[in-house]
Amino acid sequence: MAEETPVTAGPPLLEATDLQIELITAHGVVRAVDGVSFTVRRGETVTLIGESGCGKSTTAMGVLRLLPEGLAVLSGSVRIAGRDIVADPDAARAVRGRTVSLIPQDPMTALSPVHTIGHQLGDALRLRHPGMTRTEARDKGVELLAQVRITEPRTRWKAYPHQFSGGMLQRILIATALAAEPELLVADEPTSALDATVQASVLDLLMELQERTGIGMLMITHDLGVARLVSDRIHVMKDGRFVESGSAQQIVERPAEPYTRELLAAVPRVGTWDEDGDGRSEPVAEEAAS
Amino acid sequence: MTELPTATGPVLLSVEDLVVEYATSRGPFRAVDHVNFRIPQGGSLAIVGESGCGKSTLARALVRLLKPESGRIILDGTDIAQLPERRLRPLRRHVQMVFQDPYGSLDPHLTAQQIVAEPLHVHGLSDRAQRARRAAELLDQVGLPPSALDRRPPEFSGGQRQRIGIARALASRPDLLVCDEATSALDVSVQAQVLDLLSELQKDTGIAYLVIAHHLGVVREISTELLVMRAGRIIESGPTATVLTSPSDPYTRALRRAALDPTTIRGVKPRHLLTSAPEGTPT
Repeated sequence: MAEETPVTAGPPLLEATDLQIELITAHGVVRAVDGVSFTVRRGETVTLIGESGCGKSTTAMGVLRLLPEGLAVLSGSVRIAGRDIVADPDAARAVRGRTVSLIPQDPMTALSPVHTIGHQLGDALRLRHPGMTRTEARDKGVELLAQVRITEPRTRWKAYPHQFSGGMLQRILIATALAAEPELLVADEPTSALDATVQASVLDLLMELQERTGIGMLMITHDLGVARLVSDRIHVMKDGRFVESGSAQQIVERPAEPYTRELLAAVPRVGTWDEDGDGRSEPVAEEAAS
Repeated sequence: MTELPTATGPVLLSVEDLVVEYATSRGPFRAVDHVNFRIPQGGSLAIVGESGCGKSTLARALVRLLKPESGRIILDGTDIAQLPERRLRPLRRHVQMVFQDPYGSLDPHLTAQQIVAEPLHVHGLSDRAQRARRAAELLDQVGLPPSALDRRPPEFSGGQRQRIGIARALASRPDLLVCDEATSALDVSVQAQVLDLLSELQKDTGIAYLVIAHHLGVVREISTELLVMRAGRIIESGPTATVLTSPSDPYTRALRRAALDPTTIRGVKPRHLLTSAPEGTPT
């Protein structure tokens, strides 16, 4: 598959090799991530899926080196843009907000409540382009807001987070992540706090963005439906390890490991539905008419 | 307004023209707007909808944690909508609630056994030894081991806490259990276990359920009748299977489209499955 689609060719944007993360807690040292290896290439979405405590979010925070220094010990290697951020903490600072951006989990608490959307998006833009003036930042920021389908972006530039719904805030956070013009997005449960219809619009936005720009994505989710829809490849995680890895289709349609099968079996089925019909009318009536 | 769900047995609870409002600085906000439905004895009705649609407000009004503005809540022939607390109290045991948050809805200072025994005391079982015995039976019924009796909420996982919440609700021998997103904070494997438990309890005891949920798969597993709520109103209703396989209201169809069942998705990154989903309504 990768050979046929040049969009996913080239060197990996992210390459984690035997990554281990130990967390120092009140109850001793916990190995939250226990030797995982994976890559994300251009145009690809790679998803880590698992239940609470499996280590998926710790992995995401670890590859960005956003875990508290001194309380999290990383080993192995994580190469982003050719630099190993495990060996070199400065490399993490150099790539964050430039080569790679994070879309955080909870849109309600990720933005500062006392600064306008424009102020915060402007900061992200000026981090990427230190010479940018305020006017330039606003023009570029308004453009980004329009790109994530915020209506009346020029008016909304001066609004505060509490004036937006959860779905709009998550799209503003995506705009903020895009301000860095990243090659790679790390999305930590980006839609878990959202209603289903809002989730659909945010996922659609992310997928459209990838189709248009070829951005790579590392997605963290507990939702198999989301994982199946957005992913090229899925790693099923449990107790800090990958129990199974494969294409999205293979993981869902032909799971090899008992744990993957258990997870799939536990998802309440919604089943198929009459999507093209107009409600309760019988398809037979259409046949009779034609 | 679509027709009322058909009651298969004698009506246990009948909600008629219910209106619930909250006072805000800009005047009253109508969270539940002229809602009608019935639950038969031993029936299982679910209400789905997204944040802010009024489904939790409705649940809270039914157990009279809130007082409705107008309308009737007829429980076994008595309208409890406006009853004062004094007259409500003897009726409260008939309708019990399991709350959404398994971390916030149990007293952390009490043991599991004490938590479950408390409603027994409130409902007049004065013998301490009998209460303890009955609490132990209930905890066994929801699948917790005897070793759980003397442990306190912080020592339990989310799924175990939800089992304690269910045992506490069952202690009053209610006719109706209102489950407000009782499994949505749980991991899928734990959610599946709690849903199985609820199905078994209904089979064994004939208890009726009102299930509030946002997940269509959960609703499909636990209910036979379904109401779809939006902006305080019921926009579609009917047998759960019918509403889910051939939804007629555009909003129900949008909800249905947005429900991602991994087993029915085909192809690689099929974004087209999402494209007709509408934007969320900004609040």
